[in-house]
Amino acid sequence: MVLVRNLQQWKSLAKEAVDQTMLVAKFFCLLHVTDKYVISSILVQGPSMYPTLNHTGDVILVEKISTKLGKVGPGDIVIVRAPDNPRKTITKRVLGMEGDCVSFLVDPAHSECTKSIVVPKGHVWVQGDNVYASVDSRYFGPVPYALVQGKVMCRSTRFPLLDLTLFSAGCADLILVVATECTTARIFI
Amino acid sequence: MGSRFLWDVTKKVFTGGLIGLTISDRYGSFEAVRGLSMHPTLNPSPNTFLGLLTDDRVLVTKFCLEKYKFAHGDIVVFRSPSNYKEKEVKRIIGLPGDLINMPNAYDTLMIPEGHCWVEGDNSSSSLDSRSFGPRTCTMPSYVKKSFKSCTSMVIS
Repeated sequence: MVLVRNLQQWKSLAKEAVDQTMLVAKFFCLLHVTDKYVISSILVQGPSMYPTLNHTGDVILVEKISTKLGKVGPGDIVIVRAPDNPRKTITKRVLGMEGDCVSFLVDPAHSECTKSIVVPKGHVWVQGDNVYASVDSRYFGPVPYALVQGKVMCRSTRFPLLDLTLFSAGCADLILVVATECTTARIFI
Repeated sequence: MGSRFLWDVTKKVFTGGLIGLTISDRYGSFEAVRGLSMHPTLNPSPNTFLGLLTDDRVLVTKFCLEKYKFAHGDIVVFRSPSNYKEKEVKRIIGLPGDLINMPNAYDTLMIPEGHCWVEGDNSSSSLDSRSFGPRTCTMPSYVKKSFKSCTSMVIS
């Protein structure tokens, strides 16, 4: 009799333990799926996007839906898995989609020589905003679209998502500004 | 009563989907192989009409993605560099640092960091090779999104 009662106790205990474990497992699954398919936050480092993102301490929110739907266009800031090291992700700005003709300064610090290239099918051209300190498509060529991981939605400079800066979807005007800057620079040259 | 039942079913489907997605992302999944580019190894019977029934299913394990460790001869699944919606199955021939003979020129190419050279087992008649050129081995020279996932086991 005592044995049976003990067994029942153990059974209910085991059931509760399994239930709790399942709950935790489900929570981690939800976390993984949200992080991989919906939205994730990343701490960025490095000077390559300087005026837009700081060297250190910026947290960006990255949404992953529009890359899956193929809705990434010129002007969007994206995170890309680095083509020369799959363990690293880099933050860059898309400047050209497949079929676009992109012209860029080969070595902006030392010479004004420019080069033009047509982005091949299925690739994008990414470049950092800080052309003087950025390893980007000028160095490793156009990047396959499959390496684009997500689109940067907003950044915050202070920890609990304060000082938000939204990066709007229509960044075409910014591209226009960059383009006009380029043309004025060329006129000065 | 009906709405309660509906809610329960939705909840079950949702959690099942979450768990399934996580497992297929982190540990492994089954995928059907279409096409003949890996002909003797995968899809041994060249029957294109009954494709859906006779296609091979492969178990793709994703443990190797933690450290990106690959070996020569691994069969890998990766996203096509020219179309991100398509996946391709090929065999790794060269890893970073290897020297590869260019197929149509007397020239060697050193495979850069983070890339690898992949070829299909069936170098002649396959849909892939016809669209990419005479030999399957050349994607646009090398494949970038190759470090996506690797198969270590093939279930025919």
